[in-house]
Amino acid sequence: MKPFTYERAGSPQAAVASAAAHPGARFIAGGTNLLDLMKLEIETPAHLIDVNGLGLDQIEGTADGGLRIGALVRNSDLAADARVRRDYALLARALLSGASGQLRNRATTAGNLLQRTRCPYFYDSDLPCNKRLPGSGCAALGGYSRQHAILGVSEACIAAHPSDMAVALRALDAVVETLRPDGSTRSLALADFHRLPGETPQVEHALEPGELIVAVTLPPPPGGRHVYRKVRDRASYAFALVAVAVIVQPDGRGRVALGGVAPKPWRLEAAEAELPRGASAVATALLAEARTTRENAYKTLLVERTLAAALAEARS
Amino acid sequence: MKFDTPSAENPTDRLRVVGQPVDRIDGPLKTTGRAPYAYEHHDGFTGGFADGLARPAYGHVLGAGIARGRIRSFDAEAARRAPGVLAVISADNAGPLGQGPRNTAKLLGGPRIEHYHQAIALVVAESFEQARAAARLIRVEYAREAGEFDLAKVRDSGRAPQDEPDRRLGDFAAAFAASAVRIDAVYRTPDQSHAMMEPHASMAAWDGDRLTLWTSNQMIAWGRADLAKTLGIRPEQIRLLSPYIGGGFGGKLFVRADAVLAALGARAIGRPVKVMLARPLVFNNTTHRPATIQRIRIGATADGHIHAIAHESWCGNLPGGSAETATQQTQLLYAGAHRLSALRLATLDLPEGNAMRAPGEAPGLMALEIAIDELAEKLGLDPVELRIRNDTPVDPHDPQRRFSQRQLVECLRTGAARFGWAQRNPVPGRTRAGRWLLGHGVAAAFRNNLVMKSGARVRLGRDARVTVETDMTDIGTGSYTVIAQTAAEMLGVPLAQVDVRLGDSDFPVSAGSGGQWGGNCSTAGVYAACMRLREQIAQRLGFRDAAAVRFADGEVQAGGRVAPLADAVRDSELLAEDSIEFAGLDRKYQQSTFGAHFVEVGVDAATGETRVRRMLAVCAAGRILNPKTARSQVIGAMTMGVGAALSEALHVDPRLGCFVNHDLAGYEVPVHADIPHQEVIFLDGADPVSSPMKAKGVGELGLCGVAAAIANAVYNATGVRVRDYPLTLDKLLGQMPAPG
Ligand SMILES: Cc1cc2nc3c(=O)[nH]c(=O)nc-3n(C[C@H](O)[C@H](O)[C@H](O)COP(=O)(O)OP(=O)(O)OC[C@H]3O[C@@H](n4cnc5c(N)ncnc54)[C@H](O)[C@@H]3O)c2cc1C
Ligand code: SF4
Repeated sequence: MKPFTYERAGSPQAAVASAAAHPGARFIAGGTNLLDLMKLEIETPAHLIDVNGLGLDQIEGTADGGLRIGALVRNSDLAADARVRRDYALLARALLSGASGQLRNRATTAGNLLQRTRCPYFYDSDLPCNKRLPGSGCAALGGYSRQHAILGVSEACIAAHPSDMAVALRALDAVVETLRPDGSTRSLALADFHRLPGETPQVEHALEPGELIVAVTLPPPPGGRHVYRKVRDRASYAFALVAVAVIVQPDGRGRVALGGVAPKPWRLEAAEAELPRGASAVATALLAEARTTRENAYKTLLVERTLAAALAEARS
Repeated sequence: MKFDTPSAENPTDRLRVVGQPVDRIDGPLKTTGRAPYAYEHHDGFTGGFADGLARPAYGHVLGAGIARGRIRSFDAEAARRAPGVLAVISADNAGPLGQGPRNTAKLLGGPRIEHYHQAIALVVAESFEQARAAARLIRVEYAREAGEFDLAKVRDSGRAPQDEPDRRLGDFAAAFAASAVRIDAVYRTPDQSHAMMEPHASMAAWDGDRLTLWTSNQMIAWGRADLAKTLGIRPEQIRLLSPYIGGGFGGKLFVRADAVLAALGARAIGRPVKVMLARPLVFNNTTHRPATIQRIRIGATADGHIHAIAHESWCGNLPGGSAETATQQTQLLYAGAHRLSALRLATLDLPEGNAMRAPGEAPGLMALEIAIDELAEKLGLDPVELRIRNDTPVDPHDPQRRFSQRQLVECLRTGAARFGWAQRNPVPGRTRAGRWLLGHGVAAAFRNNLVMKSGARVRLGRDARVTVETDMTDIGTGSYTVIAQTAAEMLGVPLAQVDVRLGDSDFPVSAGSGGQWGGNCSTAGVYAACMRLREQIAQRLGFRDAAAVRFADGEVQAGGRVAPLADAVRDSELLAEDSIEFAGLDRKYQQSTFGAHFVEVGVDAATGETRVRRMLAVCAAGRILNPKTARSQVIGAMTMGVGAALSEALHVDPRLGCFVNHDLAGYEVPVHADIPHQEVIFLDGADPVSSPMKAKGVGELGLCGVAAAIANAVYNATGVRVRDYPLTLDKLLGQMPAPG
């Protein structure tokens, strides 16, 4: 770990002002991802700005009947919130399928969205990795890639985004609210929040340097039946090989988002139009652009099967 | 004490304390954080800087960034100048180092690199964080060399290990060809990591030319000898202490880089140094259970009698490394007149392969017990019945040699009845419960009972407290407790009156913890020392015939006379030392432990995810010294078997020559949610041939066969036969029909 300075910000405005004054500074929330990466010197911020205690940990209803989730709301608290459980069950289920109780007690909404990939090559600085060291090559591409992405990948990187929460948020049409160093705010649809790797896998999201997430808002409850199916090698405490989030309405329309298969939570609105034709039509549309390795080729069939099971459960 | 005839009745047969399910006596220390582990010594928390030692500095190990080749340049200038840094140790400045006979690669590499993450430097600093940060500043340039990292590729270059020649009986080829029913299949087991909770850790302190090393090591005497050899000093100059160990599973049978580098670091700075291997280093820096490719051929008569059986296993290791003896159980488990077993060892430049819990049998049974299941199906015979039909009371290679005890059939029958085996549907893929396809599987468990000389010292203090000292270790197994039970039984005192001190090279050399020999042998050593002490006590109290004296309830009695035990030590304490030496019975009799595992799994019909639903183990392992600690050993082993079956594998990158997954997120051992109902039944049966304790090993038996029972259950659930561990869903999915 590189030595760093640390401050506890007094307000969101002070946090972004400090970030502007300290190039390369990072916000720290639960620290469950950032600190691990700092110990391995994969992240080497010279300055940490602690954004706990800024009052960003509230969950409130919005004027239009939606929900505004503070950036610092803990995953455990979010999953336990009565409104979330009633109106956005998909989100509660996705959250509870992630990590462990201890981690969820620390992990925050914003931190979860920004957590970095679990590609094992990324985690070992003696091995090539374009995301960690641009230009060094992607070791996973011809190597151990059983957990890696099959959609939205590039020659430079095939890492999957590990978040469960983000998959549910994507299906729920969430919007990320931010505060910029110049004091302005903006709203980013979650669909546009994460970046695909292309030639620059080190760029993972649309935030500007020093831009602070203050909240994530959800539109009014979508209704319907919510199912989150996470497929993994052990029963708990494992990242998704494939995750499927579905919301199905009584009239058969619905939404589908995938986790574990792409560098971001994956949703194709066009594929959802295929829902009346059945799961396999939806899967075909979702997977049309899939690019697999020898080791992760099973994921296309797994998506198809899991999606069919999730839709069947939602309709039962 | 020489042990050369089967044990007659002896004081432990009373079973007042021995054989009772008492709680672990070290439990309160551990649950309250007062059992100091190697890395916790002298950090203030365990009572300050005792023994007048200076405050320890911290060492951080740097591992090689290539798998094979040479260091071209090594620049530690920036590291040396970094804040808090006291020394940087590398091959350049460490001075000449020897190598212990039990280590395959050098524990401090450079300029030659033999495997990925071989230690090449230790940075010593005032704080752990400073040492770790400075280690990142070392600039190393390598000249990479090509190496062999792919077992399948090199397997045909393998040779029979010198100490493990092929074994043949009859004419396998002809008998197999003539058999009515045959199976011939290839099975694969992956590299596995011990993944113990406590990483390898040591603290070293020098006093002149004498070294004290607190470490986490299963075998004190081996460790002391190998460390002495490595450092070029005499063993007597080293005191090795390892009283508490946070898991070992064979990964701590040998001294590793933490021990050697802590010693070198402490010598360089003239102050104690602590070193713990960082978790990401453990997987490639230390040893692992090596992968195998196994071919099994079995020929049987139409009524299910095995006629011919061949087991061949290929594995790889660094030059000078040993082979995984995956065929050994096949020589003894089932009858059959025509037999062949063969090991082939090829050169691989991966990290060193070595012992992991039940080496040999664990991976061997993963293959053999699927093969038996396949044979049963081909014969149309129940797999429990097939195993019973092929039981053998003698060593098939040497019919004069009987098993001292053999309860395989009883294990299978007891287990089948308890598990409800008769209700299973033998037709695969037919049992469904909601989204789950249910399957049931069985496998035999077998592990040899090894015996090793073991010594102990027993003191009866003037306060009539009993103190046992031996260099035996407790790796979480319950050694403290069964040793205390033994002394309490032998001397007729309550358990609370016994203190046990372990893991110190100043104490008599014991069998140590390995190969499931520790429990039986170390208590037998304590038995021997207690016999000596009983003689001394009897003499002090004026009893003529020591053999006729009874020790019970704090009293000593014979011929109608009773004397309080305390009277023997009114004036001065008594001290006795002895060891148990096994002389020949293990050659005359085949000593093995037996068991049967029954498992129910559910396989998700859509995703192929396998979850174990219930497990039963029936074990026959001689006298069970403490049913509670033994049960803990077995359920822990069953849990490890779930990992072996379903998730655990070190994934080799054959281009880079390393294990890619190198933390506990990437190397998936079972979590609580994976472990359902577990039941363990121990069959009664003291074995007088094994030792005066009449006990045998049980800690490894519990693992043997588990993974195959699960694999067989997965087959029964799905109809998909996977012969390549672990049975992850990607290996099932493509062959499973879309659920209706
Ligand atoms: C062993 C393990 C298992 C796990 N398993 C799962 C799993 O199964 N599923 C899953 O979804 N997740 C899993 N996780 C990941 C876990 O969910 C994340 O670590 C956690 O959500 C990160 O949140 P945090 O608040 O701790 O983030 P931090 O570590 O504090 O921060 C992460 C990143 O977000 C940035 N950041 C934080 N807050 C803000 C803000 N307000 N504005 C801008 N930037 C910000 C930080 O600068 C940093 O770059 C696991 C983690 C571990 C360690
Ligand atoms: S997949 Fe991405 S993160 Fe993994 S090695 Fe390749 S570039 Fe690095």
